[in-house]
Amino acid sequence: MGELRLMKGNEAIGEAAIRAGVDAYFGYPITPQSEVIEYLMAEKPYERTGMVVLQAESEVASINMVYGAAATGKKVMTSSSSPGVSLMMEGVSYIAGAELPCVLVNVVRGGPGLGTIQPSQADYFQATKGGGHGDYRMIVLAPASVQEMSDFVKLAFELAFRYRNPAMILSDGVIGQMMEKVELFDPLPRWTEEQITKLSPWATTGKPSTRERNIITSLDLRPHVQEQRNIKLQNKYAIIQEKEVRCEKIACDDAEYLIVAYGSSARIAQKTLDIARAQGIKLGLLRAITLWPFPSKQIHELLDHVKGILTVELSAGQMVEDVRLAVEGKVNVAFYGRMGGMIYTPEEILDVLKAKIIGE
Amino acid sequence: MTEEIIIAGFGRQGVLSMGKILAYSGIMQDQEVSWMPSYGPEMRGGTANVTVILSDERISSPILNFYDSAIILNQQSMDKFEQSVKPGGVLIYDGNGISRHPARTDIKIYRVDAADEAARLGLTKIFNMIVLGGYLKVKPIVKLENVILGLKKSLPHRYHNLIPDNEKAILRGMEIIEEVKV
Amino acid sequence: MAEIRMEDITRPENLVYKKTPLMTDNILSYCPGCGHGTAHRIIMEVVEELGLQENTIGVCPVGCSVLAYDFMNVDMQQAAHGRAPALATGIKRTWPNRTVFTYQGDGDLAAIGTAETIHVCNRGENFTMIFINNGIYGMTGGQMAPTTLEGMKSSTCPYGRDVQTMGHPLKMTEVVATLPGTFFVSRQAVHTPSAVRKAKKAIRMAFENQRDKKGGISFVEIVSNCNSGWKMRPVDANHWMEQNMFPFFPLGDLKVDGKLVK
Ligand SMILES: Cc1ncc(C[n+]2csc(CCOP(=O)(O)OP(=O)(O)O)c2C)c(N)n1
Ligand code: SF4
Repeated sequence: MGELRLMKGNEAIGEAAIRAGVDAYFGYPITPQSEVIEYLMAEKPYERTGMVVLQAESEVASINMVYGAAATGKKVMTSSSSPGVSLMMEGVSYIAGAELPCVLVNVVRGGPGLGTIQPSQADYFQATKGGGHGDYRMIVLAPASVQEMSDFVKLAFELAFRYRNPAMILSDGVIGQMMEKVELFDPLPRWTEEQITKLSPWATTGKPSTRERNIITSLDLRPHVQEQRNIKLQNKYAIIQEKEVRCEKIACDDAEYLIVAYGSSARIAQKTLDIARAQGIKLGLLRAITLWPFPSKQIHELLDHVKGILTVELSAGQMVEDVRLAVEGKVNVAFYGRMGGMIYTPEEILDVLKAKIIGE
Repeated sequence: MTEEIIIAGFGRQGVLSMGKILAYSGIMQDQEVSWMPSYGPEMRGGTANVTVILSDERISSPILNFYDSAIILNQQSMDKFEQSVKPGGVLIYDGNGISRHPARTDIKIYRVDAADEAARLGLTKIFNMIVLGGYLKVKPIVKLENVILGLKKSLPHRYHNLIPDNEKAILRGMEIIEEVKV
Repeated sequence: MAEIRMEDITRPENLVYKKTPLMTDNILSYCPGCGHGTAHRIIMEVVEELGLQENTIGVCPVGCSVLAYDFMNVDMQQAAHGRAPALATGIKRTWPNRTVFTYQGDGDLAAIGTAETIHVCNRGENFTMIFINNGIYGMTGGQMAPTTLEGMKSSTCPYGRDVQTMGHPLKMTEVVATLPGTFFVSRQAVHTPSAVRKAKKAIRMAFENQRDKKGGISFVEIVSNCNSGWKMRPVDANHWMEQNMFPFFPLGDLKVDGKLVK
């Protein structure tokens, strides 16, 4: 068994970064995730593994530092919260266009604008539907515990490098600020130069006489070539959709009603499920773990016994659109959300479920 | 066993660290734990609270509406959380600074005058440990030896010399807590 | 002994100090002893004394002073982090007869907003910039700022600022003074009555220049304490500031009437 610790979600991200053999972290402070960079700075990872940690002058700078380092095949990441992530979106589009692996963490807070520092899930659209310009996708993982904050750093890098694609961990102030028991994974060494050139032969590590020069770019002014680039991206995305969907089904086997939720909302809804089952209501919970690719098929498969679905999100209703697409109008899909940093209680969700889905 | 606790008071009363020690003690006896604080600028000298859950099973919601136990250290928190104790649950408070005492009759109410006692013992910095002792007397959910192990885990090394004082404070809290009949 | 009544004391002829009506009655959200409150007050006094209240549009930053619009009784806008000078440019270019000012912290003005700062000072926009330098990020809980001194501790440089890896403390005021688009550049403080008087004089100059269309940015830095972020008591923080901040960020005018002073 790995080492057990009581940690905040944000600290777990920092520790996992060091253990995952990350080469560099670039970031700019913003609540509710400043503990990531604070933890890293206190831990002196440059002494533990040689990892670089730098406080940049802005999120625009952070993401472009990530771009530069990722283009050399290094394992690099950044983290921020909603307003800062908005600033990064241009850079993310370039990174996706140039097909570079990297990891971003968004510990979401309430918006729009400066909003609030309290938890929210209102950045789902930004994370899963684009955010930056152009036809691109990010792999989006939604941790629901501090354990997953740690585990998903490793997983996100695996997926990012497997597909040469940016991956995002979409968390929120609840998971970021909460402390739970974490079993830390054993440290991986940072990659050596030989490993990098072997693993990422496309990387701009300096041209030896044995190969052509490598170029990292998202640009091609010839429309027919740019279209081919886009088709190649779309083909890659189709493979990711085929292979990388992850979700957790709780009490779904005999469920007549279903809640679909992710992250902190899924934790709260799990309590709703306990209360409902105690009352004899056959409720199940489908927790989306990958938000893109979305578990559409997995939801659809439950429709032979599920009669109605409630989607709960800390937003005005974003993921619910994907649930409705998955359900194709076969059953009623209702939505319940809170906004601006307000959080629902398990009982509140149950009341809505009874009113909107189960009926009298 | 699942115990859902809210600890609430002023920012500087050691509310968050009391919760942390409790959570670490739970880990020491192989339980699942969660610790969810209020956060943000409201904590600058203002009120702070933390929800701590210890359980033998996987913990669902880290955010709750109702609690098995409430530990209340100022008037604002009394106003906010008295009604959040589950019927049959426990409310523990320090009478210092409380002008409106709890009045519910469907819960058990205990008073631990930890602030006064801490001043008397010259241990004002670990007043929260007296409160914790009182709580553990009423709800012995973690063993004292696991609390000491939890303290060792959550305190930086340079403060480990203070552990005997912490233990003393916990034991004192166990002695002075009293049930209040409404 | 005759009874002393409140009405006998609070007579107009006994008045020695009156809060400017340009400060609202809202309770300041700043920590006790913080310089932000004093800085707000003297800016608003200057705006009042120059009769500019109806003419003034302020831009607040993201930082502890994000809520300056709750306290300053003039029209105010709230910018994204670092972008206040860009908003001010937009306002001043479309409303050249308005009095426009920005109020920014060191993270806002000298880190994330460096580009905006440099370029308004280079274009010579005709507005007033107030720069509160407390050497730390107050609002987010004490992280390193571009102006954090060498060796000074913060939550993102817990072992002290190492200039080899984290860069040197940035003298933004010296930088903008060298740019052709600044007309008046000064560095002040607000921790003692005499410092407040001098700071107010500089701020008055900065608003007069704008009113008189002297052309170019009038820029006033105020070196201030952040006792919470520095983890000191307010009085200790002021002493520490005198002993450590002032030698690196010396007070006084750097540029007057478009000419460098030294
Ligand atoms: C894009 C973006 N990134 C980060 C933040 C978080 N943030 C808020 S204030 C601040 C720094 C404030 O420091 P400073 O400008 O020195 O002002 P002070 O609070 O010290 O007065 C930061 C990093 C934000 N609001 N928006
Ligand atoms: S944190 Fe610092 S800058 Fe902010 S109000 Fe407090 S003392 Fe002032």
